[in-house]
Amino acid sequence: MTHSSILIWPVLLPLFLGTVMFLIRGRSVLLLSLAAAVGTALTSFNVCRIVHQSSTLIHEVGGWGAPLGIVLRADGLTAVMLGLSGLVGLVISVYSLTYFKSNSRKEHLFWPIWLLLWGGLNGLFISGDIFNLYVTLELVSLGAIPLIALAGTRNAIKASLRYLLLALLGSMSYLFGVGLLYMRFGVLDLVMLGNVITPDFTAYVALALMIGGLIIKAALFPMHFWLPPAHSSAPAPVSAALSGLVVTASFYAIARLWFYAFPALELAKLSQLIGLLGCGAILWGGWQAIRQERLKTLVAYSTVSQIGYLFLVFPLCNTAVEGSGIAWSGCILFAVSHAIAKACAFLAAGVFIKVYGHDSISKLRGAGRQLPMVTLAFALAGVSLMGLPPSGGFFGKWMLLKAAFVTGQWGYGVVMVCGGLLAFCYIFRVLEQFMTAPDENAPKVKAPAVMTYSVLLLAVAAVSLGFFTPVLLSVLGVDSPVSLVSFAPEALLP
Amino acid sequence: MSTSLIYALTGIVIAGLGLFHYLSQRNILRKILAGNFIGTGIFLFLVSSAARQVDGPIDPVPHALVLTGIVVAVSATALLLALVCRYHDETGSLTFDEENDE
Amino acid sequence: MNAWLPVLIPATSLIAALIIFFIKEENRGLRTFVNLTLASLKVLLVAFLVVGVSQNKDYRFTLALFYGFELVLHADALSLLFVGLSALLWLVTTIYAIGYLDVSQEHDKRRFFGFFSLCVSATTSIALAGNLFTFLVFYELLTIATYPLVAHRGGPDAIKAGRVYLLYTLGGGALLLVAIVWLKSIVGAANFATGGMLIPFVVSHQTELTIIFTMLIVGFGVKAALVPLHGWLPVAMVAPAPVSALLHAVAVVNAGAFGIIRIVYDVYGPDVCTQLGVRPWLAAAAAFTIIYGSVRALRQDDFKRRLAYSTVSQLSYIILGTAIIGPLATIGGLVHLFHQGIMKITMFFVAGNLAEELHIKKVSQMNGIGRRMPITMAAFSIAACAMIGIPPMAGFISKWHLGLGAIVAGQEWVVVVLLGSTILNAAYFLPIVYRAWFKEPDVAFDPPPNGRKLEIHPYLLIPPLFTALCVIAAGIFAGMPFSPLEWTKLITLKEYGP
Repeated sequence: MTHSSILIWPVLLPLFLGTVMFLIRGRSVLLLSLAAAVGTALTSFNVCRIVHQSSTLIHEVGGWGAPLGIVLRADGLTAVMLGLSGLVGLVISVYSLTYFKSNSRKEHLFWPIWLLLWGGLNGLFISGDIFNLYVTLELVSLGAIPLIALAGTRNAIKASLRYLLLALLGSMSYLFGVGLLYMRFGVLDLVMLGNVITPDFTAYVALALMIGGLIIKAALFPMHFWLPPAHSSAPAPVSAALSGLVVTASFYAIARLWFYAFPALELAKLSQLIGLLGCGAILWGGWQAIRQERLKTLVAYSTVSQIGYLFLVFPLCNTAVEGSGIAWSGCILFAVSHAIAKACAFLAAGVFIKVYGHDSISKLRGAGRQLPMVTLAFALAGVSLMGLPPSGGFFGKWMLLKAAFVTGQWGYGVVMVCGGLLAFCYIFRVLEQFMTAPDENAPKVKAPAVMTYSVLLLAVAAVSLGFFTPVLLSVLGVDSPVSLVSFAPEALLP
Repeated sequence: MSTSLIYALTGIVIAGLGLFHYLSQRNILRKILAGNFIGTGIFLFLVSSAARQVDGPIDPVPHALVLTGIVVAVSATALLLALVCRYHDETGSLTFDEENDE
Repeated sequence: MNAWLPVLIPATSLIAALIIFFIKEENRGLRTFVNLTLASLKVLLVAFLVVGVSQNKDYRFTLALFYGFELVLHADALSLLFVGLSALLWLVTTIYAIGYLDVSQEHDKRRFFGFFSLCVSATTSIALAGNLFTFLVFYELLTIATYPLVAHRGGPDAIKAGRVYLLYTLGGGALLLVAIVWLKSIVGAANFATGGMLIPFVVSHQTELTIIFTMLIVGFGVKAALVPLHGWLPVAMVAPAPVSALLHAVAVVNAGAFGIIRIVYDVYGPDVCTQLGVRPWLAAAAAFTIIYGSVRALRQDDFKRRLAYSTVSQLSYIILGTAIIGPLATIGGLVHLFHQGIMKITMFFVAGNLAEELHIKKVSQMNGIGRRMPITMAAFSIAACAMIGIPPMAGFISKWHLGLGAIVAGQEWVVVVLLGSTILNAAYFLPIVYRAWFKEPDVAFDPPPNGRKLEIHPYLLIPPLFTALCVIAAGIFAGMPFSPLEWTKLITLKEYGP
């Protein structure tokens, strides 16, 4: 009881300090924001560590248990996500200290909302029931959208308005599903729901409503159209948070429902449909990314594409087929890797915007010589996005590919490889410009060191993630919905 | 047909009407109103589920849910309206399909 | 210690890369120091390892990544052949590159040397990889790390060459990924083992294994420049000379050939390959490549492109060796991996010297060049004679064993191919030698600038001289212990049993 209360800090701390930040101005903003970021990250890592050492943490807020109270739960999946949000959130925060320096109004608005968003994300990850998921999803949307609008440009306002209208529709749909489930089964707790749910009409309708609503938020093809304008017009640190964390969080909610609340349902056909949409996302997003003129739009379309990979877990992780559980760990590894790499790519794009005042790809030639470290960071993030070793993206893709072979679903494997080739094309379109020799009389430029090195840190994390796979998987293995051990390859030998 | 079922069906009808307008209206203000309609419909539906037995005690949980939902809906609407104001300032339009965009 | 030695060897280059990335562009002295120290250290470590392996010590490093996936670095005799070659030539090429980049005043030296070391690290890891998974990891790493070197100069042709290079190699890499995952889903986790590991599966999965074999050969064939997958190699010649020398004559292309060797001997196993009936096809592809590459080389006026097509042709000797059954052909193929490396790198050094000192890039401009640059051209002449197969130099040893092996295996047609190739080799190398020594110069060559006595900067002169001597030594001392030939015999002995 006492030690499980550490669960609330990753949520409470940013929410509280965010509120305080509304009230203060001046020098102390810098100090307090840094303290908030470090504190939030550390408390998140702490939860991660405790879960890894002991087991699932359950905290009943205020001592009130289900059904009336709010139950927070942190299992392996939650711990991985908290660790992710801690790392990416911390780097984004440090980066933002410099990014918003020149504009005190934006800085004043950025910190409270960003902390609200971060707290909302952490809250989403530790939610133990489907209604709390709703609330935190809303909290995330309400944090994310003002941050996009913070850019202040016409495109940003328009994109954020569109995004909010769609997100609202998604949450309404989700809430309706929650209502149906509660009416039929009388529970909200995820684990209890998983125990009592029976495959009947109400359950299927609720499932469709909830997953459908969340798919809008997760920007799965063909509901992706709001994402590129929103993510590309936001300020760079915000884009990083959106593509890195917010989209991942929506996917997390879907996976949570699918594997924890609805395992009793017959989902094979639906999973094939989602898998098809995922394939569409991979190919369409990759193709569109190749055609973009601006770096940030390109990276945003890359997100559309990479999200598609995550959704392949639903058809590939078929508990009836031995060995296909590898898809689950592959998917989560891929999600983590994508989040880090994508945040890195957006932050790198932010440095280019800061230095050159634009992010038009064709005008970025020669950046490789002028800003070598940022270019290197972008390239490393690209390596992860392309799924090349030793990045986490490579191992994630490898595991998904293997699941495709084990379950005999070749088509998905082919699409994954094609998606990788598309990623080569769009990443190297950018890198080619960077490699091109700059004009002789190009002015000398310099990027702020804090920004450069925080981007580089994320890049190194993304690329070396492959070596930390054992740690990540052993955390993920705590109360995993699919067995992570039974598909040791010995089991596959005849 | 029990009273709660009537409420539930009414809620669904309201939400359906809201959804129709949400998708068909081009004016953003109308869209926001339609969105609130959907919300109200769903809240009505949720509240109706509080009567779990015909004459039994009322389940308090849906009320808590609806209250929370209303708070969320109000904040979202406020944010939407603020954004619409900014959007109108920037473009002078209340629809998305303005020309010379980008 | 025995576990860490295979890690230390790639790590020396990796550490060099990491340090160099953070050394300031202007700080030339420190960079040179780091480069040379670590390159020498690597040679020492490899020498230590060679002695250890010849005494049958086991060097194996294993890192369990996740269930059933292990990163294995394992020093066996075969891997040491490649490791030894790359470590030695890294040191030599680094010396050359230091001189080259100073003379030609290239930009971005930090990036150049950083990625250069990274490539060497990847290459040695490929050589030491103990299973297909590890192999693929570093194989892809090599692809990526080479790109900035190919596109180094940043001009439109360099960018285009980089693009072509990536299209080929990443396409091949994707194919490899699918093939290896597929293979692993049949076999499970398995390390390289002499004699292969597929014998239990060959009856039950014959079709699948044949398809996978084809995919693997095509995937590796891109880097090994098997026709028609060779297109990137001549284009990539726009890269600076040290890159062409080490990467496109030795590291990258040999990585492809080495992959095929591993597949045939240590994954499928010679017997399974014979059973599946894939060896004649492989031999045919290799033979065609040998002839095709030579014919194309004949018609190139651009010196580096002629060398590139020669590489295409020579690499397939290695593949041919794997395709013919029997220990003698194996020896011939394996030893050519080493010999081809030292011969071809000499030639690329020479090409770099001519281009740097006199801006000569075409064969037709080389009349009388031997008078202006005698030592450089002497090195070239030695390498050319060796490549043609004139005894007692390195190339002769390879061809002799290949031919003998083919006859023993009853495949006499291979001898015809070898003879034809030898004639073609002579036809495209000897005219260069003739021009250089016996023709009158068309124009007066520029004398060495401001009183330098040597024909070129000493850093650019010593490496080709050294490798040319190696070429002679590898032939003359072929019977000595630790010569490439004796070492390949050791490998072959293990493969075929006593």
